[in-house]
Amino acid sequence: MSKPSSSAIITAIILLALAIIPVTASLTGQGFYLDLATRLVCLAIAAVSLNLILGIGGMASFGHAVFIGIGAYAVGIASYHATYGDFDLVATYSGLFQITLAVVLSALFALITGAISLRTKGVHFIMITMAFGQMMYYFFVSLDTYGGDDGLTIDVRSQFPLISFDNPLQLYLVSYVVLLISIFTVWKLANSRFGMVLKGAKANEDRMRAIGYNTYIYRLVAYVIAGAMCGLSGALLGNFTTFISPAMIDWTRSGELMFMVILGGAGTIIGPVIGAVIFVVVEHFLPIIMNLIKPGSGLYWHLPFGIILILAVLFARGGLMGLMSRGGDDE
Amino acid sequence: MMIKKLLAAGIGLAMMTGTALAGEVKIGFITTLTTPAGIIGKDMKKAIELAVEQMGGKMGGLDVNLIIEDDGFKPDIGKQKTDKLVKQDNVDFVAGYIWSHVLLASRKSVLDAGKFLISSNAGPSPIAGKLCNKNFFSTSWQNDQTPMAMGEVLNQKKVKSIYIIAPNYAAGKNIVAGVERTYKGKIVGRDMTRWPQQLDFSAELAKASASGAEAIFIFYPGKAGGAFFKQYEQAGLRGKIPLYSVFTVDSIALGKFQKANMQGVLGSQMTNFWAPDLDTPQNKKFVSAFKKKYGTYPSFYAAQSYDSMFLIKSAVDAVNGDLSKKDEMRAAMRSASFPSVRGKFTYGKNGMPIQNFYLREVTKDADGVWTTRIVSKVYENHQDPYVGECKP
Amino acid sequence: MPPFIQTAKIPMDLTLLTIQFMNGLQLGVLLFMLAAGLSLTFGIMDLVNLAHGSFYMAGAFISASIIFWTGSFVWGVLLAIPLVGLLGLVTEFLVIRHLYSRSHLDHVLATFGIILVFDSLVHIFWGSNGISVPLPVWLDGQVEIFTGMVFPTFRLVIIITGLLMAVGLYILVNHTRLGMLIRAGASDRTMVSALGINIQLLFAMVFTLGAVLAAIAGMLIAPITEASIGMGGQIIITAFVVVVIGGVGSMKGAFVAAMLVGLIDTLGRSYLDDLFKLVMSPGAAETAAPAISAMAIYILMAAILAVRPQGLFPPKVR
Repeated sequence: MSKPSSSAIITAIILLALAIIPVTASLTGQGFYLDLATRLVCLAIAAVSLNLILGIGGMASFGHAVFIGIGAYAVGIASYHATYGDFDLVATYSGLFQITLAVVLSALFALITGAISLRTKGVHFIMITMAFGQMMYYFFVSLDTYGGDDGLTIDVRSQFPLISFDNPLQLYLVSYVVLLISIFTVWKLANSRFGMVLKGAKANEDRMRAIGYNTYIYRLVAYVIAGAMCGLSGALLGNFTTFISPAMIDWTRSGELMFMVILGGAGTIIGPVIGAVIFVVVEHFLPIIMNLIKPGSGLYWHLPFGIILILAVLFARGGLMGLMSRGGDDE
Repeated sequence: MMIKKLLAAGIGLAMMTGTALAGEVKIGFITTLTTPAGIIGKDMKKAIELAVEQMGGKMGGLDVNLIIEDDGFKPDIGKQKTDKLVKQDNVDFVAGYIWSHVLLASRKSVLDAGKFLISSNAGPSPIAGKLCNKNFFSTSWQNDQTPMAMGEVLNQKKVKSIYIIAPNYAAGKNIVAGVERTYKGKIVGRDMTRWPQQLDFSAELAKASASGAEAIFIFYPGKAGGAFFKQYEQAGLRGKIPLYSVFTVDSIALGKFQKANMQGVLGSQMTNFWAPDLDTPQNKKFVSAFKKKYGTYPSFYAAQSYDSMFLIKSAVDAVNGDLSKKDEMRAAMRSASFPSVRGKFTYGKNGMPIQNFYLREVTKDADGVWTTRIVSKVYENHQDPYVGECKP
Repeated sequence: MPPFIQTAKIPMDLTLLTIQFMNGLQLGVLLFMLAAGLSLTFGIMDLVNLAHGSFYMAGAFISASIIFWTGSFVWGVLLAIPLVGLLGLVTEFLVIRHLYSRSHLDHVLATFGIILVFDSLVHIFWGSNGISVPLPVWLDGQVEIFTGMVFPTFRLVIIITGLLMAVGLYILVNHTRLGMLIRAGASDRTMVSALGINIQLLFAMVFTLGAVLAAIAGMLIAPITEASIGMGGQIIITAFVVVVIGGVGSMKGAFVAAMLVGLIDTLGRSYLDDLFKLVMSPGAAETAAPAISAMAIYILMAAILAVRPQGLFPPKVR
């Protein structure tokens, strides 16, 4: 790769923009835009993790938001008990412990549900992952101690030596670095032998099996990595919103993650990040723009958004990344 | 490239909208404008716009700038919108909140920023108790109070046993706890249904009917209430087991019921702190102006929202528009000296009203329009049961 | 607080059990009407259609408006059917037709877009309040099926309509030329196109048939739960569960699974708390029962897929 490809240029621009714009906004007193960017980056991490299984491995999980929930609840529950007592095993404000807990629990959940789900294929896989997501949704609704359907307020954020999550800029920068690491990890994995087997199994499973690869194990490992990564994003998101409720793991939220990946370009490295940017930007600015054109019309922003989604599918094959980098080196 | 431009445009836009004009009071209002619950938010929006119009758009010499946001019936969206109001719009007051979970998710954002938080509907127990705050005021009630009054009504009517059906979420549990707190008869069954997904209550109605209970008590705000009443009727339970409710039948639902000619709702009884025929000067002014402007009766949601605006006005008036005088503004609100649709009331130390509760029933007005009217007073100056847990 | 007393007779009450069984049956046939179309489009066109529930909603709103306009419930339903059929055809022509050759992921994205468009349009045309649909007097009462057992007339009508439609579908699929093509399509798509059949027309017809079935289900439920925005999004997930449990493309599977899900959901809501009280404290049972009954159908689906990854009745040759 002596000459940088178009997708590499796009990647660099997006990542640079994400580094510069929110920080500038924060320094010029536009704290709200830093918030918007923090949420964006947390969702982008989740989308990048989903891309590993959906885009590269061809496993269309419709229950990925559940890992955001597990990660955020791990932080919230540990913090809750550190404040109000009981359950000494997890009661701590220590960020290292909370994040480890979030990652380990997410990985464990991914291992158990993945082992069952990966026995199925295609649309059955979509539905069984959705079913596990809905089970967890109702599970969290039934947890009265942690607010049930009302959700849980995280009174004290994760605590670390040297950095403070109470400082919005520091929280953003940490999330941004985690996003960079996630992108790098997925890129490395995709281009390793592991990634080649995943892609091979997506294209022609029988052939990969015939060559002697146990595709089931490869997929399960990818599923667990993606789950753990998404759990990490949930831990960050929980720290950002200081609030977690079952509504955050509803199937529609899993759907939104899917849309980010597909819209941006499944299987591409930066596509999911673009999808997350579009999603957050449209969600925030479309109603504002519509209200400027006709006051009160912003309420109906779902209408143009829906039309955009349909047109994106019909006319932008391979997502926006596919549209922008026709002839690029991805996929 | 496009993304970068969009973001840059966004920041430009923010700088346009984010600047505060001198000489205005900014009031953020969070409610639900989309989803089927959007109809409640629409009624609240009408009421606050009417209030501001009646004030001539001014409070304490300042122009009123209302910023209304939609929470989409989701706590995390409600919190995001609250953050926007607090951080980007830099409002002076945040009011509204239909749903307990949205209020609980958002309270910290408002209160940590040192702003005033006014609930125009939701009244979850933690906010009245251990999470109470000096900058919080309610123009509605604490969740437990209205069903407590209903429990008292059931005692007075000598109902020996009831069957409870309510949605399985926090407000639902508060309401059930409220009625059980005062009701002295037997509770023969209690079903907590899926919320907000479940709209078919066939199984629960069959159980209630077979249980031998003398009455059914329900709490179903929004569209589920209409569905429940219809199914109760279709199951032939009217005339067999009387149905008592709280926060289920309001002017929004009644318009729909009348259109569908659901005669069974007429005569149905509920408790509430307010009714359109409540005889106070402010209420007469409110109800007649609302009917004149919008052509329908206001709901209790509208009445509470209308009060929220006058509560805020009393604070801004008290300091003649000097919004830096937080302590004076707080003291003015604490005194509850504004003209309220409910008449004279006082505030507890948790910012919850100490007020009367009434039994009301569905009836036809002189024009044949279905509405509710007061039957009797159940509680005089009633205070919520959680105030003892509030250590401000 | 008064003591919570559980009447002991409930679990053993046969009349109540029969009523709950019929309530479950009613939910079951409603789910079947939704699942049938979903399963056909899944099986034949390999289309993941999240927007199927939008036709359920459209049916409810369109029929409600006509009912108020004509003052007749029957006319409301009869006139709404061709309108919804037209809506299905137009949707197929504008969007769905272009998706058949695409991946499941594209289907999910585009049909989610359709949901947003339909929901917004309903919000714009009908407002957010929803419509309470009145029933004519002859449908609004109850029938005494046997002594002491009273059942709402309209729910009985739903059960009968649903069963008739199931029979109709059975005849259509098994004894007509269209049905032969549908069956052939469900098991081998390339073969049907090799036969020189106008595939595009067949697909459009099947899609419209599914849309109309869903819309009829919506028309039938509106007098019970009201027509409201988002009503499709809530039930469509359950319908998907039915399709997947039954086996994609199988009418028999959709029927069996719909009944299974309808009964499990209803009986879970009815008896789970009593069952749990046998093994745990009343307080714990009251907390656990609603949670488990809400999870029940998902647990059922995960369990069935874990054992039979293709569902209960996968069509042969797939």
